Amino acid sequence: MSGLMEEMNEKALARNIPLSVQLDLTYRCNERCVHCYLDHDDHGEMTTSEIKHLLKEMADAGVFILTLSGGEIFLRKDFFEILEYARLELNFCVKLKTNALMIREREAARIRDIGIESIQISIYSHRPEVHDAITLVPGSLKRSIAAARFLKAQGLRVIFANVLMVQNMNDYQGVRALAEELGIESTLDPTVTPMMDGDRSNLSLGVGNAELREVFRDKELVGDVEEFCAVPAPGDDNLLMSLPCSAGHTACYVSPYGDVYPCVQFPLPTGNVRKQRFLDIWRYSDQMNDVRSIRLKDLTTCTSCTHATTCTRCPGLAYMEGNMRGPSSADCEKSFARTGIPSANMLAKKRAPANLVQIRVQPAAAPGAGAIA
Amino acid sequence: MSKLYLTRNPKVAARSLDGEMMIMSGKDSTLFTLNKTATILWQAADGATPLDEIVDRKICTEFEVEPAEALKDAETLARELASHEILQISEQPIPRNSGESR
Repeated sequence: MSGLMEEMNEKALARNIPLSVQLDLTYRCNERCVHCYLDHDDHGEMTTSEIKHLLKEMADAGVFILTLSGGEIFLRKDFFEILEYARLELNFCVKLKTNALMIREREAARIRDIGIESIQISIYSHRPEVHDAITLVPGSLKRSIAAARFLKAQGLRVIFANVLMVQNMNDYQGVRALAEELGIESTLDPTVTPMMDGDRSNLSLGVGNAELREVFRDKELVGDVEEFCAVPAPGDDNLLMSLPCSAGHTACYVSPYGDVYPCVQFPLPTGNVRKQRFLDIWRYSDQMNDVRSIRLKDLTTCTSCTHATTCTRCPGLAYMEGNMRGPSSADCEKSFARTGIPSANMLAKKRAPANLVQIRVQPAAAPGAGAIA
Repeated sequence: MSKLYLTRNPKVAARSLDGEMMIMSGKDSTLFTLNKTATILWQAADGATPLDEIVDRKICTEFEVEPAEALKDAETLARELASHEILQISEQPIPRNSGESR
């Protein structure tokens, strides 16, 4: 984050202003990514006029950075109407997240005319057989890359967003090389997010600790490996009063159905803009204020952890594990992969009494049926 | 001296935060914050009101400053903002094409 952006964030925090919002316009999608945390049905998306009304409320509340995401945003027939309204009428700084399958020269030119901060495209591999096996759409890599070229040709800032998984573990360098060749930025996220309905089965797609350890020692990716993987220095009292992240403090998330959450990765319902004003939810929701009240000193396990000063603990992932004041195991794994030192959470789990019941007998089993593990 | 007209570049993103404008350049995504004087210019830049009138009505009434000196400074500032493509400037009135500034 730039110094100026940091300064603006501080001001927004002090004045309780939601500086940035991610608004998902739809959960419908034309890809079926194996790791995706969303369902792809329409359960009653906000209409065009509902979205415009919400955008007006958000602009009045001081929202500056608006990320339009999904699902696939271009599946909404009113997408350009919404984008034009957000940009040209309400002066938002707009970021787009898309798979870009529906972007050709005409759409790229129109986006340029409207003006956006950046457009992020999901790219999981430089090899079609790997990328397309993740999106489950044959030809998707070719189409996404073609779109990236159209957008780049219009002078737009394009970013490739990659999620590190077992399937594409060996391809992140290829994606980076492809991005460099096209003059495009790239990001790599090693976290697979659990499904919004709580199903955690997709987490098995995430890479193991040994692989993560290897990635965290790639100097092309992390820069100074020694510094990145260093054992963190102990924290002080100021650190204990620090905020976990921007979720609920200067940022929040709104679903296609108008539900407001602290973050896209933090599915704690705080209100619905179809029933309440956006600013009222932001300011007065008990849940939002509960999230806001949390300081590092309040965390159940993490306060005493070696990694407290450098951990990227996500309160949303912790919430999905059952306690927003608790640890986020995915981040414990990352800290461990970086430094080789287990987190307080990992040590506590190790100390927990083992479940000695290894075999359960099915009750009222049919005659002759045996024990099942 | 000829008149100078200013209008906001519709390609930039803008929001007022605690009386200061945050501006994101449409050209290269650079973030700017405008001080109070620049914010006044930004908010008054409707393409129809000449700079001397903006200075007279909005700046000289807000700050204790000599009108001639204020106009000179405001023109320098307007040209600087134009060089970052935050404002568009012209010696003729500029048809308005951007939304309301918040």
